[in-house]
Amino acid sequence: MEFPEELRYTREHEWALDESGGRVRIGITDYAQDALGDVVYVDVPETGTEVRAGEPFGEVESTKSVSDVYSPVNGTVVERNPLLDERPELVNEEPYGDGWMIVVEVSDPDQLDDLMGAAEYRTFVEEVGEG
Amino acid sequence: MSGDGSSGDGPVARAGVGAPVRSQGPPGAGTLMEASRPGRRAWSFPELDVRETRIPDEHRRAGPPALPEVAERDLVRHFTRLSQSNYGVDTGFYPLGSCSMKYNPKLAEAAAAIPGFQRVHPHQPEATVQGALQLVWRLERALCELTGMARVTFQPAAGASGELTGLLLMRAYHTKQGNPRTKVIIPDSAHGTNPASVTLAGYRVVAVPSNDRGLVDLDALRGLVDEDVAGFMVTNPNTLGLFEEEIQGITRAVHEVGGLVYYDGANLNAIMGRVRPGDMGFDIVHMNTHKTFATPHGGGGPGAGPVGVAPRLVPFLPAPTVERDDDTGEFRLDHDRPDSIGRVHGFFGNFGVLVRAYAYVYGYGGDGLKAVSEAAVLNANYLAALVGEAYPLAYPGRPMHEFVATARRLRKHGVRAMDVAKRLIDLGYHPSTVYFPLVVEEALMVEPTETESRETLEAFAEAMLQVAREAARDPDLLHEAPVTTPVRRLDEAGAARNLKLRW
Repeated sequence: MEFPEELRYTREHEWALDESGGRVRIGITDYAQDALGDVVYVDVPETGTEVRAGEPFGEVESTKSVSDVYSPVNGTVVERNPLLDERPELVNEEPYGDGWMIVVEVSDPDQLDDLMGAAEYRTFVEEVGEG
Repeated sequence: MSGDGSSGDGPVARAGVGAPVRSQGPPGAGTLMEASRPGRRAWSFPELDVRETRIPDEHRRAGPPALPEVAERDLVRHFTRLSQSNYGVDTGFYPLGSCSMKYNPKLAEAAAAIPGFQRVHPHQPEATVQGALQLVWRLERALCELTGMARVTFQPAAGASGELTGLLLMRAYHTKQGNPRTKVIIPDSAHGTNPASVTLAGYRVVAVPSNDRGLVDLDALRGLVDEDVAGFMVTNPNTLGLFEEEIQGITRAVHEVGGLVYYDGANLNAIMGRVRPGDMGFDIVHMNTHKTFATPHGGGGPGAGPVGVAPRLVPFLPAPTVERDDDTGEFRLDHDRPDSIGRVHGFFGNFGVLVRAYAYVYGYGGDGLKAVSEAAVLNANYLAALVGEAYPLAYPGRPMHEFVATARRLRKHGVRAMDVAKRLIDLGYHPSTVYFPLVVEEALMVEPTETESRETLEAFAEAMLQVAREAARDPDLLHEAPVTTPVRRLDEAGAARNLKLRW
């Protein structure tokens, strides 16, 4: 399971990539896609939509379930991944690559500091999954 | 290939003694269309003895309809073969968690087949249907006693229909108070129908998290309730099969802000005769006759989802209600209910289902229903204990009529809950529910019901343990399952990604 160093992570298993200039790219983690199973539909908001940290911005539907996807930051959606409309399986295949969901222009870049780093998230996931 | 059977280290020596899905007859038999031959018939009409009338040209179709032409023999064999490919409670053990797939007693079918019930027409004068009205009236009294509610409507066609009816009653009540309110709170472990019904009734869903014991987090709930909350919906025991121990604190917290509390009767089978929703503080209760009262699960056919309410909600019930004149003892339908939410079903709901529920409820009686719930809880706990080593419970605490275990110990072999379920089919069982509730990783939700014998429970437990052993030794056996069925594992992801809808 991958935990790229350059990303920040939420407890709800989203990742955020600081692309500088106030742009943050957002998706769900390798752990999340594995737990969800085969993703069959992804609902991501249109550009211009306001998102708030800790509140749902979209949904991921797999053969098992429908789950909310939570925004790690406050801001405005400036890009949405058009590939997911036709190929939702990209979330499974490349959760950190072509399976990204939205790019948000953030109002407060410091919010990223509240999220987990890769090592901390790895520990968090191991605790969740133990048993 | 199939597994090598028991290795003798389980609680029971026998393994794989379910009822495999295997139809008889020659291989390769296809659809009725494929069996069709021009001119072949399953009937012969007598000679026409009236004057032939030609259908006007504008109403005639351009060509003949594409219907199969087969003999009666082909027809009977086709559908018999299909029925053999099916699996149901009359075939074998069906531990589908959350669904209460109990055996449906044939006595109830006999009652529903009594001509006086079967041939009654809803437009008959009331004086000629006194028996049918009495049955509904007496069933209402019994369900009021069982749930602690004041009145019950029988119009809703099934559980989800009952949920919507209950929420519309909630909305009507608040509207009459001057403010319909905006939100309904439900636990994060709830059935998917709950948020759907809330949304259909025009309310916004607010989820309350479960605590680390799998119960409603009362402090979190207290933080969520305010004057905009129309109500709270919950099952008890909850979707994890655990009794909400703080249920009175929960109902009190909702009542303190003027909200109503809705009891989803999905799990009523666990508590009959022990505790009543009304005594826990609930205002609205729906029941699933196909679960608790063993009416057939329908398969899309007629069902019933009676809804009971506390006294303050009675004026809003759907019309008509059945009333009895205490002086004459006669029954009548009361349509004069000005605050009613209106009809939610034609006539009086699905009456034939109510006859079956009546036969079940009065057949058992109060003590019998209590014994039903006790046996359901005992069976679930016995089965949970038998399989616990391989499939531990998802949450601590004693489950009631069903239990949620996790298959995550098999993850290290690359085996998922879905693989376990598919392999159980090869061993002759309908699988448990998987991946529900959503808050549990690799969930296996098992509900044996009270109607199964100890031998069946032990044989199924051995099958589950056999699957766990196979996961360690030969995980591909599980990945390929089922191998004994007419159709192998379906591509669920492909079906969902490439929807082909026709209606």
